[in-house]
Amino acid sequence: MDITRRRLLVLLPAAAVAWKFVLAGTPEASPNYQLTEHWWGMLIDIPKCIGCGSCVRACAEENDVPEGYYRTWIERYHVADWKIERPEVESPDGGKQGFPPHADEGGKNFFVPKLCNHCAESPCTQVCPVGATFVTPDGVVLVDKSYCLGCRYCVQACPYGCRFINPKTHTAEKCTLCYHRITKGLTTACCEVCPTGARQLADLKNPKDPIHEFLRTHTVQVLKPHMATGAKVFYNGMDGSVR
Amino acid sequence: MNLFKDIEHLIRLAAVIAIALVAFVILRAAVVPRSFGQYGHYRGAAIGEMASRPVAFAGHDTCEACHTDVVDQKELGKHVVVACEACHGALAKHADDPGSVQPGKLDTAVVCARCHEANSAKPKGFPQVATADHSGGLACDICHQSHRPKIETEGKK
Amino acid sequence: MQIPVEGFMYPNEVELQWSILIVLYPFITGLVAGAFILASLERVFRVQAVKPTYRLALLTALAFLLVAPLPLQLHLGHPERSLEMYLTPHRSSAMAMFGFVYLWYLMGVLLLEIWLDYRREIVEFSQTTSGWKRRIYRVLTLGSKNVSERSLRIDERLGYFITLIGIPSAFLLHGYVGFIFGSVKANPWWSSPLMPIVFVFSAMVSGISAVMLLYMLSNRLRRKEIDMRCLDTIARYLLYTFIIDFSLEMLDLLQRIYEADESFRSLDFMVHTRLWISQVIIQILLGTVTPIALLGLTQVLRFSDIARKQIYVLAGCLTMIGIFAMRWNVVIGGQLFSKSFLGYTTYKMAFATREGLLTAIALMILPFIILWFLVKLLPPWPESASSPGSIAAPAHGTS
Repeated sequence: MDITRRRLLVLLPAAAVAWKFVLAGTPEASPNYQLTEHWWGMLIDIPKCIGCGSCVRACAEENDVPEGYYRTWIERYHVADWKIERPEVESPDGGKQGFPPHADEGGKNFFVPKLCNHCAESPCTQVCPVGATFVTPDGVVLVDKSYCLGCRYCVQACPYGCRFINPKTHTAEKCTLCYHRITKGLTTACCEVCPTGARQLADLKNPKDPIHEFLRTHTVQVLKPHMATGAKVFYNGMDGSVR
Repeated sequence: MNLFKDIEHLIRLAAVIAIALVAFVILRAAVVPRSFGQYGHYRGAAIGEMASRPVAFAGHDTCEACHTDVVDQKELGKHVVVACEACHGALAKHADDPGSVQPGKLDTAVVCARCHEANSAKPKGFPQVATADHSGGLACDICHQSHRPKIETEGKK
Repeated sequence: MQIPVEGFMYPNEVELQWSILIVLYPFITGLVAGAFILASLERVFRVQAVKPTYRLALLTALAFLLVAPLPLQLHLGHPERSLEMYLTPHRSSAMAMFGFVYLWYLMGVLLLEIWLDYRREIVEFSQTTSGWKRRIYRVLTLGSKNVSERSLRIDERLGYFITLIGIPSAFLLHGYVGFIFGSVKANPWWSSPLMPIVFVFSAMVSGISAVMLLYMLSNRLRRKEIDMRCLDTIARYLLYTFIIDFSLEMLDLLQRIYEADESFRSLDFMVHTRLWISQVIIQILLGTVTPIALLGLTQVLRFSDIARKQIYVLAGCLTMIGIFAMRWNVVIGGQLFSKSFLGYTTYKMAFATREGLLTAIALMILPFIILWFLVKLLPPWPESASSPGSIAAPAHGTS
């Protein structure tokens, strides 16, 4: 069974009413969602990823992501023998249509989904000159597209390459962890459609969330730990060749 | 008083600077959005705005509330873990108004291949085939029932 | 348009974010800082020889400083929101804080110093000229007509003080631009504590060189005699600064080559392929080693005045090209390689778009047009001032 956040169908109308408060700009007044009760992250289980691209397509559909830009993408790694520092990586159209068939070329081959790591000490928010990108009290890094200047400093500052400039709005854009879904008790679009459970939304502040047990019992990493970004996307079974 | 005369130009300059500063403060009070600084150095109202965006994917719980027959089928096989919209696409609009928005028929040759086309990077235990050899280009649902994909050698399909 | 990619780049990295306009911006602010430092040589460090270029250096700095925000504005996705940087500046952002450094430097240092130095002439012209010029001068006087000995002496003292603060301010102005790049830990080509210092010294080199060339050009246009002692002194300071600048850049390079960390292999390959012409040939060989050699020769061997002038022109032009190439290699070079260290992209520079080559050329020409107006409005030439207290009078600091 998938391990994802659920709300019973009956609570959805109540949530809709509660969003009147959110729309007024005071989410903490909403009876259902309290900003301070959550600290969002994600768990990516690499041995489970089959590179089907469902997550990339779902994200594009859920969030109107423009063609040629990616809020999430999948990389295919081929590590020949011991050449851990020099993997061959490809990501055709971000993996949106899956990957072309590969004959078995030996070595080690696997898929790595990537997205914004929603860093707790985010370098992109540090450099934003006006406060258009920020970390919410519940741990999601968002962009205020009505305030963003489009200076692109945040795109330069992100070590993971997860940001881009939307060609229509001319503002910075990236994965929002489907903020409009997770605050309604749904899971992210990418986690919803992942057929193998390789991607799972995690609430690090919820003691009942299985992420805690998982982190204790598995070998997990974050991307580029030497950057000390406080990344909150955890990768299980990640090979040392992953860049 | 002589000194005053000799620094008169500097006093005028200081006055110009003071006026500019006051104008700036007034401008700031008028233009900066009200909710700025509410939670941090950003426009607090942005959180609510982002949260109130409409959803495109209904989530499989919503689908399962109506389509219980499909749920029964899926529970018998491996696809029980696959969310409905992973294959059928985003259908929140259909869930809101089932009559007016109908999901389209899927082209199984495309949809199934995304997951099940053989690729050396896929986990070894995951069911994958080279579709050219496996079915010679035939649509997958000619032999397989998508919601319960395993072909039973005895009993009903 | 399809951008050719070699190897692997994160999908969002393929398109470059910062274009030639962002190359232009540090180049222009560098000229400002460098020109100002040259001006301060006379005012604060009492290097008498360069006095003829004092006012010209200040006006050059102003002309370029006025143009400096334009490439930034043209580059922004929403230039109409740029005021937000002053209304809600994010204090942790080097870019936001730079907005205030720029404002301070423009208002508190440069404009103030020019105003104080020219005030006597401004008051005089507000009474002797006519038409639109008269109106401009009258506004510039701020309504005060007092040009007594004492008020001018006060101006002199205040101006000295402003220049004194102005020197660290000029370093701050361009050092900050270096810090905007140097503080980006995600980019190993940029991230370095040396970056602000390298930027400052290359700024000084380009600024001094620019003033030197402008001095020679303006004297040639006005058919006036060039003060060779002034020119030789400027060239000498250019040489010293250049040697320091070159040493710093070589130090950075040698350290990188020796330590050969994870990013090095990727960066090294990039320099050998995509940046070979702009970095090795243009920036280092033509733009640094050659001018240093030429200037060094003039210190060691004796050349005639004409020969020296020709060498200075050549060295000056090569320097400007070299420093521009340096900015190019930093800004564009820093975006050509993938942060995965596994691939490279290409910069497809547009021509007639908002961020294209044509715009860049226009922005480089604009400061000279502004300078032309400034020179007409506030003549910097030593012989155009005639009354006591003017630039032909005893040097700054003595009375």
